[in-house]
Amino acid sequence: MDFAAIIGNLDLYLRGLWVTVQLVALALVIGLALAVPLALAASSRRGWVNFLPHAFIYCFRGTPLLVQIYLIYYGLGQFAAVRESFLWPVLSEAYWCALLGFALNTAAYTGEIIRGAMAQTPAGEIEAARACGMSPAMAYRRVILPSAFRRALPAYGNEVIFMLHGSALAGIITIVDLFGAARIVNSRHFVPFESYITAGFFYLCMTFLIVWAFKLIERRWHAHLKPLRA
Amino acid sequence: MVWDYLPLILKGMLLTVEVALLSLLIAVALGILGALAKLSRSRVARAAAGVYSTLIRGIPDLVLMTVIFFGGQVLVNRIGELFGWEYIDVNPFTAGVLTIGFIFGAYMTETFRGGILAVPRGEIEAGFAFGMTPLQVFVRITFPAMMRHALPGFGNNWLVLAKTTALVSVIGLHDMVYNAAVAGGSTRQPFTFYLVVAALFLLITAVSDVGLRRLNKTFSAGVRRA
Repeated sequence: MDFAAIIGNLDLYLRGLWVTVQLVALALVIGLALAVPLALAASSRRGWVNFLPHAFIYCFRGTPLLVQIYLIYYGLGQFAAVRESFLWPVLSEAYWCALLGFALNTAAYTGEIIRGAMAQTPAGEIEAARACGMSPAMAYRRVILPSAFRRALPAYGNEVIFMLHGSALAGIITIVDLFGAARIVNSRHFVPFESYITAGFFYLCMTFLIVWAFKLIERRWHAHLKPLRA
Repeated sequence: MVWDYLPLILKGMLLTVEVALLSLLIAVALGILGALAKLSRSRVARAAAGVYSTLIRGIPDLVLMTVIFFGGQVLVNRIGELFGWEYIDVNPFTAGVLTIGFIFGAYMTETFRGGILAVPRGEIEAGFAFGMTPLQVFVRITFPAMMRHALPGFGNNWLVLAKTTALVSVIGLHDMVYNAAVAGGSTRQPFTFYLVVAALFLLITAVSDVGLRRLNKTFSAGVRRA
C-alpha cells in the first residue's frame, strides 16, 4: 500500500469532490423540477396526455445511464443540425452533456416515484378536499402533492444515492469529478488500488451524509407517524 | 453500411446477457448467504454481513469495478510476488462478473432478508418438528415461501443488474456498449448505434418482465387473492 501519491494529490480529489457535488446537486434540482409536472402528466387519465410521459419514463428507466450519457455526449454530434445550432457550444462540452443526462435520468426515476406515491393517495383525502370546496388545482397543492411527497421521501432518498453513484460516469467522459480525479492519479502514479479506493471512501462518506440528512428530514416530515411519547 | 455492424452489436448483446446471468447466479448465492448471516444468532456473521451490505451499497458500482479490476490485478500480483507465483492476468470477464455479482449480492441480501422474515415462524418450526435438517427446512420450506415475498425486490435488482452490465465496457469487455462505440466510430454514426443498444436494453427489460410475471405465478401458487 502506498498512499503517499494520494496524500500528494489530495487537492485534486477535493476539487473532484466539489465537481461531483455540483453535478449531483444541479441534476437533482433540475430533475425534481421536471419530475413534478412529469408525474402529474403521467397520472392523467387521458391517453394522449399520459402517453409521452410514460414513454419518457419507460425509456430512461429501461436503459443504462452510461448509454444515455454516450448518446448525448458522443451521439448528438452526428447530426449536422445539432452541430450548427446555437446550442452546440453547450452540447459539445462534457460537463453540460453529463448534467443533461443526469437531470433527465433522475427526472424519469423521480417522476415515477412521485406518480406512484400520488396513485396511493387515500380516496378519502381527495374526497375530503373536494367536499371542502377546493378546486382540483388547490386540492393538488394542499392535499395530494404534500401527502405524496411525504410518502415518496424514503424512495427519493434512495434515488439521491443512486444519482450520486451514477455521477461517477462523468469521470468516463473526461470530466474531472471524484472518479475522474482517481483516474488521473492512477495514470500518473500507477496506484490503481489506492487511487480508486480513495474515491470510494469519499463516495461512502457522502452516501452516509445523504442517509443521515434524509433521516433528519423524515423525522420532521413523518413527525405525525411517530409513536407518542409517554 | 449500418446493417453491416448489426452482427457485431448482437454478438456484444450475447456477452451482455452472459455477464448478466452469471453475475445474477453469484448475486443470488451471496444474497442468500448474506441474508442467513444477517438473521443468524452469531454476532460475527451479523456484523460481517452488515459491513458487506453497507460498504457495497455506499460505493458506486463503477468505482468498485475499477477497484476490483485494476486494483485487484495489482494486489493479486503483489501477493503473488511474496509466494513466487508467475504474473497473473485478471481477465475483464471474470472481474466484471465477480464485481457485478458481488455488488448485487449486497442488494439481494436485503431483499432475501425481508423475504425470510415474512415467512411465518410456525411453518419453519413445523419443518423442524417433522425432523427435517436445517438444510431441508431451507430448501423445502423457507426458500419457496420466501421467494414469493422477495420476488418484487428480486425483479427490481435483476433489472438494475442488467443495466449495470453496461459498465463492463469501461474495463474493456466487448459487450454491446463497447461494440456500439466501435461501430459508431468507424461509421461516424455513434447516435444510431447507441440508440440500437438502448433499444436492445429495453428488449431485455421487456423479456424479463414477462419472465418475472411467470415466476410470480409459480411462487404464488395456492395464494388466495381477495
